[in-house]
Amino acid sequence: MTGEALIQLSGLTKTYGTGDAAFMALCGVDLDIRCGEFVAVMGPSGSGKSTLMNILGCLDSPTAGSYLFKGISVETLNKDQRSLIRRHAIGFIFQGFNLLARTSALENVELPLLYRGYSRKQRHELARAALARVGLPDKERNTPAELSGGQQQRVAIARAIVTNPDTLFADEPTGNLDSKTTADIMELLRKLNSERGISIIMVTHENEVAACAKRIIKVRDGLIADDSKSPGSPSTLS
Amino acid sequence: MLLNALFIALREIRRNLTRSFLTVVGIVIGVAAVVTMVTLGRGATETVKQQISKMGSNLLVLRPGQGWGSWGAPQFSMTDVDAIRNQIPGIASIAPFVIANGTAVYRENDRSSDIQGTTPNYFAIGNWEVGIGRFFTDEEVSEAATVCVIGDTIRKELFGDGIDPIGSKIRINSVSLDVIGVTAVKGQGGFGDDLDDNIITPYTTVLRRMTGRGNGQNVTQIMISGQEGYPTANIVSDVGQLMRERRNLASNEENNFNVFDSLQLADVISSSTKVMTSLLGAVAGVSLLVGGIGIMNIMLVSVTERTREIGIRLAIGARAREVLLQFLVEAVTLSCIGGVAGIALAYLLCKVLADVVGAPFLFDPKINLIAFVFSAAIGILFGFMPARRAAALDPIEALRHE
Repeated sequence: MTGEALIQLSGLTKTYGTGDAAFMALCGVDLDIRCGEFVAVMGPSGSGKSTLMNILGCLDSPTAGSYLFKGISVETLNKDQRSLIRRHAIGFIFQGFNLLARTSALENVELPLLYRGYSRKQRHELARAALARVGLPDKERNTPAELSGGQQQRVAIARAIVTNPDTLFADEPTGNLDSKTTADIMELLRKLNSERGISIIMVTHENEVAACAKRIIKVRDGLIADDSKSPGSPSTLS
Repeated sequence: MLLNALFIALREIRRNLTRSFLTVVGIVIGVAAVVTMVTLGRGATETVKQQISKMGSNLLVLRPGQGWGSWGAPQFSMTDVDAIRNQIPGIASIAPFVIANGTAVYRENDRSSDIQGTTPNYFAIGNWEVGIGRFFTDEEVSEAATVCVIGDTIRKELFGDGIDPIGSKIRINSVSLDVIGVTAVKGQGGFGDDLDDNIITPYTTVLRRMTGRGNGQNVTQIMISGQEGYPTANIVSDVGQLMRERRNLASNEENNFNVFDSLQLADVISSSTKVMTSLLGAVAGVSLLVGGIGIMNIMLVSVTERTREIGIRLAIGARAREVLLQFLVEAVTLSCIGGVAGIALAYLLCKVLADVVGAPFLFDPKINLIAFVFSAAIGILFGFMPARRAAALDPIEALRHE
């Protein structure tokens, strides 16, 4: 699977508003990402990187252009169909963790499995396995309020991988974390990518974090301004 | 899938018990109100029916004028009584009533009362039983004997509980009567009157010693009991025809008398209590509606507060209709819990109030089922709009929400 086409963008455009108030967030983006890649997306605010991520993650539809996700033309899909793609093929990680409050870690992690119709036993098994993989085997009863930022993000990562997706979309995953925790999280993501072949597409504004990825794409004014191999992570981070 | 949704809904409800309680309290009150009103109303209707049946079934009362209290209209005579007894088929027993007012006195106690003069067969017609002593006989009627049978209230008022009234003499309007019997207690009648507040003597005694014969038209009312199984409606129309002939009423003149059928009476009164019950139930139903609006409002607030959570669910791959179902199931679960709690509360209220109001306690499972179904329907109806709003959220916007 590694090396096959994952994401193929062709003339991807997103326009908000109409007429004179129309604003082109994306102005015809072309992009090619293969399975197994670890890509960092960088850019100043207003550059369109959030819009790009939303469309790549099938949370939003483009106004024009085509988006092939594993060969599926996402721009032709309706809301329900995009939900199904997210359910089966994509995991999300957010800057704010976005865990359900007053809910245990185990319940948080098993949430995607609920929508897949798994039985209670299966859900618990898979959720525990995911928590173990992110290094939190004994925290399953804790609610987010009882976990540190880094631990919460780990739970969020466990939730993202519990359905065994082959793609992870991460939106500033370390934005709310200190540098030590950031290093831990990036190490976890790196391992997921190298050991399990999960493709990761990550938005970040920190150069050190972007360096952990293998490829850096710079977005500016709705277009890709730069697309090159990552210089590699400095030794202090690994 | 639905069972799963139910568990998820219960978990969400438990997560914020205070809010869930506040949401549901309107429904609880509404359901409790409706069920209590309707149950008590049915109890009251039953009570009225029972009270009227104490008067005796198959009982017809022939009275002067239209309506129950027309005192000006011409009364009946003993020849009317004989005519009816001889000519109308289907009659089991007939008793004339001659009524006088007076004050009954015993030693230092007195009580003003209606003295009902009649024949011994009245006791059977009117469903009376002997409490102590006996009733008077036909012979005592022909002798115009100075005897009387009193009701339990008269006994209590004149004699108290220590004295045996049998054999004692009471004075009414300068006539002295021997008390020979007390009727068994009957309690309240269908009109709320005290059935034990009466003094019954032979009618001849009243005519000869109290009121005088007058113009021969001194029978205030005639009580008739129909034979078992014989349709009372026939007796009513036959008596009506006979009386019209005897009174020479032209075909365009209204009756100056009327016949009361106790069964009809029971129906009239019970239908009016049924109307009251429906009215009270409807008013209580309004409170149920308000409870539904309460659910809708709280669910709307809940959706707004859980916008981020909805965004997460949508991002993870929940379809819009699954979010809709989730919130709808939450609303219906809440309203059903409210319904059950309301029914339980109504049960308690009815138990307490039945004693206070004096109505029998008739908890009808059919009413409970309807109330429960209704509360579920309220949940669906008023939960739909908030659920739809939740489902329509854009995941990106929702995730950005505070």
